[in-house]
Amino acid sequence: MAKLNMVQAINLGMKQEMANDDSVIMLGEDVGVDGGVFRVTDGLQEIYGEDRVMDTPLAESGIVGASIGMALAGLKPVAEMQFSGFSYLAIHQMEGHAARYRSRSQGVWTCPMVLRMPYGGGVRALEHHSESREVLWAHNPGLKVVIPSTPRNARALIVAAIRDPDPVVFMEPKHSYRAFKEEVPEAEEVLPIGKARVVQEGSDLTVIAWGAAMRTVQKAAKAFGEKTGKSIEIIDLLTISPMDTETIVASVKKTGRCVIVQEAVRSFGPASEIIARINDHALMYLEAPVARVTGFDVVTPNFFREKMYVPTVERISDALNQTLDF
Amino acid sequence: MPRETIAEFGLEHLQILDDTGKLDAKLEPKLDDAHLLEIYRYMMLARESDKRMLNLQRQGRIGTFGPSTGQEAIAVTTALAMNDEDWLVGAFRELGARLVRGETLLGNLLLYNGCEEGNAVLPAEKRVLPINIIVASQNLQAVGLGYAMKHQGDKGAVVSFMGDGATSEGDFHEALNFASVWRAPVIFISQNNQWAISVPREKQMHSQTIAQKGIAYDMPCIQVDGNDVLAMHVAVTEALDRAHAGEGPTLIEAVTYRLMMHTTADDPRKYRSEEEENEWWEKEPIKRFRGYLEKKGLWDDKREEALLAELKAQIDTDVKEFESRTDFKVDAPFDYVYAEEPAEIAQQRTEFLESIGKEANHG
Repeated sequence: MAKLNMVQAINLGMKQEMANDDSVIMLGEDVGVDGGVFRVTDGLQEIYGEDRVMDTPLAESGIVGASIGMALAGLKPVAEMQFSGFSYLAIHQMEGHAARYRSRSQGVWTCPMVLRMPYGGGVRALEHHSESREVLWAHNPGLKVVIPSTPRNARALIVAAIRDPDPVVFMEPKHSYRAFKEEVPEAEEVLPIGKARVVQEGSDLTVIAWGAAMRTVQKAAKAFGEKTGKSIEIIDLLTISPMDTETIVASVKKTGRCVIVQEAVRSFGPASEIIARINDHALMYLEAPVARVTGFDVVTPNFFREKMYVPTVERISDALNQTLDF
Repeated sequence: MPRETIAEFGLEHLQILDDTGKLDAKLEPKLDDAHLLEIYRYMMLARESDKRMLNLQRQGRIGTFGPSTGQEAIAVTTALAMNDEDWLVGAFRELGARLVRGETLLGNLLLYNGCEEGNAVLPAEKRVLPINIIVASQNLQAVGLGYAMKHQGDKGAVVSFMGDGATSEGDFHEALNFASVWRAPVIFISQNNQWAISVPREKQMHSQTIAQKGIAYDMPCIQVDGNDVLAMHVAVTEALDRAHAGEGPTLIEAVTYRLMMHTTADDPRKYRSEEEENEWWEKEPIKRFRGYLEKKGLWDDKREEALLAELKAQIDTDVKEFESRTDFKVDAPFDYVYAEEPAEIAQQRTEFLESIGKEANHG
């Protein structure tokens, strides 16, 4: 086992899948020679050549639309959007086609492809480089939306995404790209899409998070647990859509209290959906209203203010306190 | 340093059989009689199907659709010039091409009656993509297919249809650029029917031609009389030959006219004159091509009458079958969201079926 950061771990998963399956193709802006602006595809073109790791013209709709055509013809395209903030130029190809081919044709046509994109805050870049808009993709039936949180689960999930028979939007929390390393086995590892993970068992309160917020949650929960002796259960959602209601509901039924932490703006986000599902399936088990710690409903601030706007340890601790004291 | 011309570009227009029926024998392609008659038959089938569908739509028996009347030469001639391994990527005004590739009127009636079953009539091996309603977006998928063909060593080329308005879309330009960079075997055919719903070509673009848009991407491009079967055949065959030989993409502007409405939901009288339409009826492709066949001794009134009777019977059969279909699974949309049904969707399916059951009970 080697200690890898998330960039290296995703790279490992893709490298192995390219070796396993000739039909896997990488394409995007600067993914070839440069290995992507975050180096996630680093070295792949040297191994697999320009026909399988392609530097494309600079056009997001072009990359995604062409990927759809490749998928229809039996290739397994893994397309990179340089930043999620640029992916909206291709949203009609995903919403209008990738998500729909199976339904449109009653299964005659399917569109197995992966759309990778770094998302979220943390890299001190200009506008359009730091939003969390997972809900834009999750709102489309037919698409799957996966968000890893650690190097090891990122590797196991990118492999699952490439093998999935449906289009997967794979959102990489760029704040976590190089923030920490984790042991990642060289041997194949796959995690199921559509399954959340209980990363810490507890009995007093459930915290649900995903992506880069997981680290903040774990920090907050550790300090909080040490200070108060309360037992916190932590769920890493891993797949935003289709959402693993079962794991969420089982946990909330057990603890009776829940805090959801999302980096995305508050309104109409995944946290709202989770609360609705808890209401549907576990309302009578609740000892307190479900709390949300989220971004604010403002245009994502530039990086000077960014850290104050994403969920912080302090805000999470406050929410834990209030939910336990209710 | 003096200014110097660093590049010069030219553009061809191709017409072989003009609208008065005059033939340029030097350019006439050598097509065997059977092929010529097949072209005529499918053009007539598309035209007669349009007429019947319009009737059905006006009676509320199908939903809205976009007639292809006046544009049959483009779709039919192209599809009959293609090989079975070539892909057909359409917008939604290429009925003739779809019929050539094996779609039935029945499938189209289902589709235009709002049933997904209409897009499920051909197996994937037939290489015909469903209609594409987001204008120009299909061109990028055509490029991806083209790249895949090249990458997999497959002989197939890709023909991608669109209208004139589509060439204003970003996806059109991205597709031409990608195809050009990748040398993808794609033939882009813009059916310039002069109108994008109510917007005439001169408000759509300042460019003198659509064909010249290919020059920017350094690909062969040509403007063709799209109502001239012979010219279409020559242009498409040349483009397919290049694509099959690994010589990359082509842009064809096929000049034609949408003789009917954009779809059955609009009224052309609101934006264009009857005189204009009548002028184009004089240049329409079927009459022109029939004249050519007659001069070759391949066609006459008797044969026309027999063909019309045969097509009517064929269309009647499809309409009858369409109207007798009752095997629609109400919850079919739940079957095709994902390969495997997520728990949430399974639960919603049950909820839906219960609501339908309740409704039936309240009947």
